[in-house]
Amino acid sequence: MTFQAPIGSSLPRDRAKRLLAGRGRYIDDIALPRMLHLAFVRSPYPYARIVAINIAQAAAMPGVIRVVTAADLEGVVEPWRGTHNLFPDMKVPVQTALATDTARWQGEAVVAVAARSRAEAEDAAEHIVVEWAELPAVSDAAVALDPAAPVIHQDYDGNQAFTAAVSQGDPAAAFADAPHVVEREFRFNRHTGVSLETRGLVADYDPTSDRLTVHQSHQTPHQQQDLYARLLSIPEQNVRVICDDVGGAFGLKHHLYPDELAACAIAKLLGRPLKYVADRLESFLSDIHCRDHTVTARMAFDAEGRIIAMELDDLFHAGAYSQYPRSSVAEGNQIIRVSGIPYRHDHYRAETRMAYLNKPVLGHIRSVGHPIACAVTEQLVDLGARALGIDPVTMRQWNYLDDTDFPLTSMGGIALEKLSFQACLDRALERVDVDAFRAEQKTLRDAGVYRGIGFATFVDLTSIGPEYYGEGGQHISAQETCLLRLEASGGIRCYTGATDQGQGIDSGIQQVVAGVVGVPVSDVKVNSGDSELCPVGGGSWGSRGAALGGEAALRAGRELRGNILNIAGVLLQKAADSLDIRDGEIVDAESGAAHMTLDEVAAVGHFKPYMIPDDVDADLTVTARYASRGRMFLPANGLHVAIVEVDTDTGLIAFHRYLVVHDCGRLLNPMLVAEQVRGGVVQGIGGALYEEFVYDGAGALCNGTMADYLVPMAVEMPDIEVEHLETPTGTSELGAKGAGEAGTTGAFGAILNAVNDALAPFDVTLSETPLTPTRILQALGKI
Amino acid sequence: MKAPDFAYMRPDSLDGVFAALAQYGDDARILAGGQTLMALQNMRLAAADVLVDINRVPDLPDIVEEPGHLLIGALVRYAALAESPLVQQHVPLLADAVPFVAHAAIRNRGTVGGSLALGDPAAEIPACMLALGAEVILSSAAGTRTIPMREFYLGLYETALRPDEVLTAVRVPKRRPGQFHAIDEIVRRRGDFALAGLAVSGVAEKGAVEAISLALFGVADRPVLATDAADLLIGKALDPAQIETAKDAVIASLDPPDDPITPPAYRRHIGGVLVQRLLGQIREKLA
Repeated sequence: MTFQAPIGSSLPRDRAKRLLAGRGRYIDDIALPRMLHLAFVRSPYPYARIVAINIAQAAAMPGVIRVVTAADLEGVVEPWRGTHNLFPDMKVPVQTALATDTARWQGEAVVAVAARSRAEAEDAAEHIVVEWAELPAVSDAAVALDPAAPVIHQDYDGNQAFTAAVSQGDPAAAFADAPHVVEREFRFNRHTGVSLETRGLVADYDPTSDRLTVHQSHQTPHQQQDLYARLLSIPEQNVRVICDDVGGAFGLKHHLYPDELAACAIAKLLGRPLKYVADRLESFLSDIHCRDHTVTARMAFDAEGRIIAMELDDLFHAGAYSQYPRSSVAEGNQIIRVSGIPYRHDHYRAETRMAYLNKPVLGHIRSVGHPIACAVTEQLVDLGARALGIDPVTMRQWNYLDDTDFPLTSMGGIALEKLSFQACLDRALERVDVDAFRAEQKTLRDAGVYRGIGFATFVDLTSIGPEYYGEGGQHISAQETCLLRLEASGGIRCYTGATDQGQGIDSGIQQVVAGVVGVPVSDVKVNSGDSELCPVGGGSWGSRGAALGGEAALRAGRELRGNILNIAGVLLQKAADSLDIRDGEIVDAESGAAHMTLDEVAAVGHFKPYMIPDDVDADLTVTARYASRGRMFLPANGLHVAIVEVDTDTGLIAFHRYLVVHDCGRLLNPMLVAEQVRGGVVQGIGGALYEEFVYDGAGALCNGTMADYLVPMAVEMPDIEVEHLETPTGTSELGAKGAGEAGTTGAFGAILNAVNDALAPFDVTLSETPLTPTRILQALGKI
Repeated sequence: MKAPDFAYMRPDSLDGVFAALAQYGDDARILAGGQTLMALQNMRLAAADVLVDINRVPDLPDIVEEPGHLLIGALVRYAALAESPLVQQHVPLLADAVPFVAHAAIRNRGTVGGSLALGDPAAEIPACMLALGAEVILSSAAGTRTIPMREFYLGLYETALRPDEVLTAVRVPKRRPGQFHAIDEIVRRRGDFALAGLAVSGVAEKGAVEAISLALFGVADRPVLATDAADLLIGKALDPAQIETAKDAVIASLDPPDDPITPPAYRRHIGGVLVQRLLGQIREKLA
């Protein structure tokens, strides 16, 4: 199937001009009459009992309207549990909007102050006296699982929350007999996704109509509508969640946060609009974090270097609670499902264990679990290549699944429709002359300059199907809907359930509608991020916008186009299927001769409906939906190639090249996909080199500011080259797969492999991220 | 992250500043470029009750040429320092140091006096002034006193400034014939606080080092002069063996504070790397 432009055209983002002109509308830009501001008192301890709270002095301070504790919210907001019915054995403690008798992580919200200004709310918060009884905290997953460790949730007999395992073939025997085995322990330290706009909302409750409107910096307005309705006991049709411009989200804005729910509950309690925007210090303490995994893994090879078997044990934790509404299992579960996936092998065993402990909730951030699965697999492949004296490229060529192997079900149980590992590597080798690099590498080493090249092959499980959360019992839509309305002037309004956090999915959907209907892209206006106006959808997360929102838009566009041609056929006395719409004109499908313009058709449809017989389909407002059937994911794939230089005196790492060959099926807008990949790579570089939360032994955060939690910055970033291959999925008409996480997925593996290749003369292997200069020099034995 | 209420005063003369300090004493802080102070206020760390803004005080933004010296006013912004022809000609180390300071927006507002008075141990300008043998001018209603940089810092964020005093200027010796200089720092991201940095200033005469100062920053509670290393170098040619000796002396002299992210051993090691690299650069230039 081919599609006409602008589908597949590299057009600039529709929102870009407005955002660059400073006309974006973010949460802190919103001011409503009588609006109050909220500040929280948060637990300074990772684990402590709340003995008493004295609010008397704070309540009397200037500008303070109300000081709220958990007791005040009883009956206003329900508690919740982050369960997943596919994992019924998971322990899931009850969570509340404000801590009741115990705080289980440093930063947990305990008391809220509503005041006329944020400054006054902060003034008062400083005068709230909480009497704490500190408890011994658990801050390490291995310690948490020790039977002697303190139990974090007393309803349970231990801190182990969840385990899952996958096994195929006979891995024990395969390892016992294998001529070559490589094994490593990996450590992926804790970080987060730092969005430029912090979390925030304005909640506006009108008691006279029992109506709640929430403006929120969020990825999933319909999901939030459902949660607020249920947890605040407001009829769902009275709840509206609006997500205007969102300044970055990366997965950390598709959950329910206790402080945000508390803000909505307090707005309901007070009957006044209320703003809460997390400041940067609160963000580091209270945003969802990710990674914090320890993985032991090994790979077995035959004498020629073919992979026989892989085994992996993953240990992680969820923080103090299971995130809501998705639950916290996915990072570990993805690791055991995705590891080893690009390579042909017959024996596989993987197990993950999740603990609860006294840290902030650890959940879904861009590329959940995938960077770990990719890095572990790809480093083992490189170690095998080194042990056998085989070039890493050859090693991959020998072991990749071939194009002819598909479709198949992976060792981890993932259905793979058609992927392009060999083709991606071939394309990369056209761009990177590996032989020339090796020659240069050798020359430079003699001069004391250490460069290395790293390859990382990845699979991304994108665009999750409805069965996962449907069977999980969560109200999370994996279905997308698109509504189109042809205006009398011939312009088209489009309403989508997908949401735009800066990635440009609005533009992709705009291009689908324009291409399918046959109008200039400027004639289509996409509206998103409003749970009341937009048709039901899941928002944007898990690399789903183009594949699901795009397919719904295609279906709606086709229906609208059909109805337009029906009307035109009546007016022209021609068969509708002899006509076409091109560039906004009704033309003869064969000759291309112009018959009439779209606005002439639209005007008849709107104002002279009597001209159209009743039996002709002539609706100019149409809705179409798309839900996949019988597939859990749309796997996409690609290859990262990093060339780095390691300064062995300082431990600093500099990039010389960075290439991503990426295959996400049909491209709606290659430029925007490339920019998504680049942004993802930068975030991956953050996790691989810079970003790390450091906690002291007692579980207290040591680096919760932008000065000492390092995010990647422009100067150090490479010029990221992106190559596209297109292997469309046959499960949808459009053929698009997800693209949003691919840049992050492969970055850890490519950089680890490149650094280890650079340091090969020193016979050291690093398997811990981020690769800080200290870790490099420690590995080299220099400090 | 909103500042608590504070009083704000903006005197248009030094006498006005002195009066404000006399009235409020320890409760007052001087506001120059505000690049550190305002963040501290907003984070409610070390919040002051009164901010005395000196941006309207005359003469403070000026760079004045004196016989043998430049007098650099406290309100000279980093950007102005780097762009000043007087600085470029007479104290090029300072012009070379500015690009290492934070980011452009901060360099447009941040001031020389603010940096010196705050005394961040990882800051570039205090270390350069130390290497250059500058002296700070401290003024109060009682008069003016001049203190050499090497006596100015007493500890972490602790200086010889008295509560009634204002750091009004810094007097920096002009370069002499045969003078050399160099600066570099190790950072994970351009513009970050240095994990370690080194500013070097010295004079070479007929291939031998006549005088040299090595000021390290980011490695102690204040910028520090590596005097042992300097003593080893004076009177000798900058050959690789001498450089190695100086490097070892610097490493031996450093005892960086512990830090949850960067261990002391790392800072000590790269302090030595910087000595080796910068002295190597100087050696090549002198050759």
